[in-house]
Formats: sequence, C-alpha cells, structure tokens
Amino acid sequence: MAFSIPKYGMIDMASASQNARTEALMKTALEQQTVQGRSLWDDARARLMRNRAAVVSFVVLAIITFLAIVGPWVWPHDYDHVFKLKVGISPTFEDWFIFGTDSQGRDLFVRLLYGLRVSLAVGVVATLVSLVIGVLWGAIAGYVGGKVDELMMRIVDTLYAMPFIFFVIILMVVFKDFTTGKPALNILLIFVAIGAVEWLTMARIVRGQTIALKRKEFIEAAEAAGVRPFTIIRRHIVPNVLGPVVVYVTLTIPSVILAESFLSFLGLGVQEPLTSLGKLISNGAQDMETMPWTLMFPAVAMMVTLFCFNFIGDGLRDAIDPKDR
Amino acid sequence: MFGFFVRRLLIAIPTVFLIITLAFFLMRAAPGSPFDLERPIPEAIKVRLAEKYHLDKPLMAQFGYYLQGLSKGDLGPSMKYKDKTVSNIIAEGLPVSATLGLSAMGLAVLIGSLLGGFAALKQNKAGDYAVMGIAMTGISIPPFVTGPVLALVFGLYLGWLPTAGLDRGQLTFTHLLLPVVTLALPQIAIISRLMRASMIETLRSNYIRTAYAKGLPGYAVVVRHALRAAVLPLISYLGPATAALLTGSIVVEQIFALPGIGRQFVMGALQRDYTVVMGVVILYATLIIALNLIADLLYGVLDPKVRYD
Repeated sequence: MAFSIPKYGMIDMASASQNARTEALMKTALEQQTVQGRSLWDDARARLMRNRAAVVSFVVLAIITFLAIVGPWVWPHDYDHVFKLKVGISPTFEDWFIFGTDSQGRDLFVRLLYGLRVSLAVGVVATLVSLVIGVLWGAIAGYVGGKVDELMMRIVDTLYAMPFIFFVIILMVVFKDFTTGKPALNILLIFVAIGAVEWLTMARIVRGQTIALKRKEFIEAAEAAGVRPFTIIRRHIVPNVLGPVVVYVTLTIPSVILAESFLSFLGLGVQEPLTSLGKLISNGAQDMETMPWTLMFPAVAMMVTLFCFNFIGDGLRDAIDPKDR
Repeated sequence: MFGFFVRRLLIAIPTVFLIITLAFFLMRAAPGSPFDLERPIPEAIKVRLAEKYHLDKPLMAQFGYYLQGLSKGDLGPSMKYKDKTVSNIIAEGLPVSATLGLSAMGLAVLIGSLLGGFAALKQNKAGDYAVMGIAMTGISIPPFVTGPVLALVFGLYLGWLPTAGLDRGQLTFTHLLLPVVTLALPQIAIISRLMRASMIETLRSNYIRTAYAKGLPGYAVVVRHALRAAVLPLISYLGPATAALLTGSIVVEQIFALPGIGRQFVMGALQRDYTVVMGVVILYATLIIALNLIADLLYGVLDPKVRYD
C-alpha cells in the first residue's frame, strides 16, 4: 500500500537512539565525577546547536547585520550620491559598481546595505516596543487575575478584530505631513505604528503562561518556603515565560520587517533618499523591464534575511519546546 | 451554543462601534482636506462644499451625522468622485476583490492541506523536507516580490499571461491567474505547515493505532479517520487567513492594477476621501469578525470535544 506508515519502527528507532544518548550522557556524567546540573537553557542551547539550519542562519544573519552596519561607512560610494554618467548600468567590477546602479544613477550595493540597515533596525526596535507592551500587559493581567484580567483581555480581543494594516496605513497617512523632511521622526513613527499593533499576541502568550505557572507546585513550594513574591517572579516565573516569548520575538521580527516593506511598497514607509528593503523592491519592480537587477538583488536580500529569522525562530521553538518535533 | 452565539454577537457590536470611532477620528486628525487640489478652487466654492458635506460643523456633530447615515445603511457620498456614493465604489470593487480572495483561499486550502498531509505521512523523509522547504520559501517571500517576478517571467519573458489590469472590466481566468497565485502562495505555505503538524499529532493518537490494528488498509485509515480530525485546526485559521488575504490583496491589486477595494482604500486614504476610507474599514472589520465567529461555530459543530460555556 502506498500509504503504509512505519510509525512503530520509527518509535523503536527513536527510543533506541534515546537510550544510546542517555547512556552516553550518563557515561560522561560518571567520568566527570562531579555532577553538573543542567538548566533548561543548557538543554535548549545544546538542542539549538544541533539544528544545522538554525546555526547557519545565525552565521548568515550575523554577516548581513555586520555588513549593514559597517558597509555604508567603508564603501567608496555614498548611498545618496547620484552618478550622473552612470545611470542604470548593470553590475560590473569597474569602479566598484558590483550591483550596478538604479534608475537615478545611485550605487545599488550601498543602497541595499543601507536598506538592510533600516529594515533590520525597524524590525528589532518595533519588536522591542511590542515586547515591552505585551509582556507588561500579559503579566499584569495574568498575575492580578479576576476583573482586571477580564477587562484587559477583553480589550485585547477587541483590538484583535481590527483590520490592523488599515490602521497602520491611516496612522502613516495622518502623520506623514508632520514628518516630511525629518527622516528620524518618520522612522520613529514606523517603529511606534507597527510596534503598537504587534503586541497583542505577545500579551496573550505571556498571560497564559503566567496563569499556568501561578498554580504550579514549585511556585507553591517557593511560597511555602517563604520566598518573597518579587523573587518568585524573577527566579521562577520570568525564566519560564521567557521561552515562548523568545520564540515569538524571533518570529515577530520578520513579520515587522514585512509590514514595514509593505508600507514602503505602497509609498507610505521611509521617504527618499533614505531607503529600506521594501522601498528598493518597489523601485525595482517599476524598473524591472529594463533593469532587472534593481529588483533581483533587493528581493534576494529580503528573502535571505527572512529565511534566516524564520529558521532561527523554528529552531528556537524546537529547542525550547521539544515536544512538537 | 445559541447562548454562545448571542454573546459573541453582543461583543461584536461594541467592537464595530469602537472601530468606526477610531477610524473616524484618526482620519480627521490628518492634515489636509479632500478639497485640496492641484489647481486650487475658489474660497467661496470651498466653503459651499464644506457646508454640503457638513465639514464646517464641529467634529462631534460630524460624527453624529455620519452615525445617523450609517444607521440607515448609508455610507455617504464619496468626497472625490462627485457622482458616486461610497456604496457605488464598494459595489464596483467588491466583485474583483471577492473573486480574487475566494479563489486564493480555495487554492491555498486545497494545495496547502494536500502538501501538509503528504509531508506528515513522509515525516522526516525526503518528501517531508522538500515540502517544508517549499513552505519556508513561501513564508519568506512576500507577495510584493513574487508578484513582480511572476509578471516579469510569465508576462514579459514568456508572454503567456497579461501583466496588469482587466479586459474591459471582465474577470477572466488569464487576468486573474497571476494575482491569485501571488496572493495564495504565502497562505499555501502557512496552511501546509499547520496541516503537517496537526496530521502528525493525529497519526499518533490511539484510535488511529486501533484502526491499523483492526486491519484497515493505510489508505482508508488516512482518508477516513485521520484526515477528518486533522483538518480541524485549519478551520480556526480561517479568521486570520481572511485578514491576511485582505491585507495581501491591497498589494496584489496595486501590482496587477486591478480595480478592487484595496486599491480604493489606499487611494482614498492618500486623497483624504474620508467616507471611502471609513466604508472600507467598516466592511473589512465586519468581514473579519463574522468569519472568526463562523469559524468558531463550525469548529464546535465538527469537533465533539468542544463545548461552549
């Protein structure tokens, strides 16, 4: 039969390898004589390091980030310098135009690095905004409980039903005129607008975890032993909530980068001469018939970046919460 | 279950009201007005126009007028297109957007669940890795990359399909193929991942082992027993999927120059066409709330383990 499922065989193999692994661990533990305790995080790190896709993604992402930060400083061309005689030239090693120039004669390579810098910054900062709001909201709702919890989570439910991207679009339109000519303000607005709408899931996750933890025996034991509430939160609740939160943060960054690119693609994100991945792709899409490289390089850069974040997120989830594997 | 339904409806009403209020006051906080044109119009006409649309009244009074119209089902006139009401504009755009969204949803559910089920049956083998690799690619490539690239390859290089627009407003297969595929790709990826996870969990359960033990052929077990339980989590994804498709259709309509609602929304927001923006937001919010509710009810009907209390 085409659909025969070798599940029993697999379970046997899995348990066999599990046994072998346990034996190996016991052996090393015995050899070391002194028994070293392994925390949740030691286990998670070991599992993560075995995930080849995640490790490679870490390395690639580190290289990309390094290039995005350092590249624009050391590269011989400026990101907003117009080379009037070199408009729309295809990639060449002559004069360092390795990715060619765009339709206005600006060096595409350094613009790409600059766009990566902006996109990564937006991704990280907007995620931090959502992290702070979400963790505070969720932890308070979960810990206080009762009427407060009900009210706070009802607000989250209500906001969940909103077509968010529409509100981000309206926000961007509303404040666009205040920020023209002030790129810093413009980027700040993007941070806030996206961060403010991304915290809902985080709040739900943290609340659920906090409530589940509050009733666990080890918290009760700590309370019975007279540990102060603040210490319980710091030592027992926060480390246990952190797992899902870290995973969710890694998966939020790519979705924030996407949201920013989406806005920039519609012409509502960062303003010229500043650029981001979405803006570059949007410009490239307009010129793709005559200058396909202006679309290809930013598109590939975006894909690789999102790939890395998604692989790391998946790897972290498997490492911290291995029951899904 | 009826009580659950009523309770959810009662929550939905203040939610929609809150959305209307937020959208209304946010939009009015924007600098500029719908009558700021390239060629300035005389002050006297401006005053008359503002009077006609109640824009000269205090903001709260304007909000009152708007709600009054809304209670009669009137979304108001467009402030940019003199001869059209918002209902006209939505009625023109909705068939395009709805066809696009529904086709993409159908395609995504069909292909996504097939791929996911296949990957689950081949768990940790080449087939599984291939499907999950494709899925990861689908999640990592946004529609505004796939759209232009597909248009470039199939429209310009190969010349098989049109790259933009509709043929005299007609929804034809060739015009919709690229936009639908572009819109469906990320959803195919997400649905296949959901389906794989849920199928793997189902295949591990006791009743599947029983089905094998009583000698049913693998095909029967998978199709008749496992598949039914495994598609359940997909139903609860219906709501978020709708939201994602609505968002995606804004970009896709922009790329392929389709006259749908998403395009009207972006243009309306940029031109301060207050009533059009409000109309689209209300429509989409209602749609998302309704679909979430339908998904929850459907889940209760199909899964005997769920109880509403």
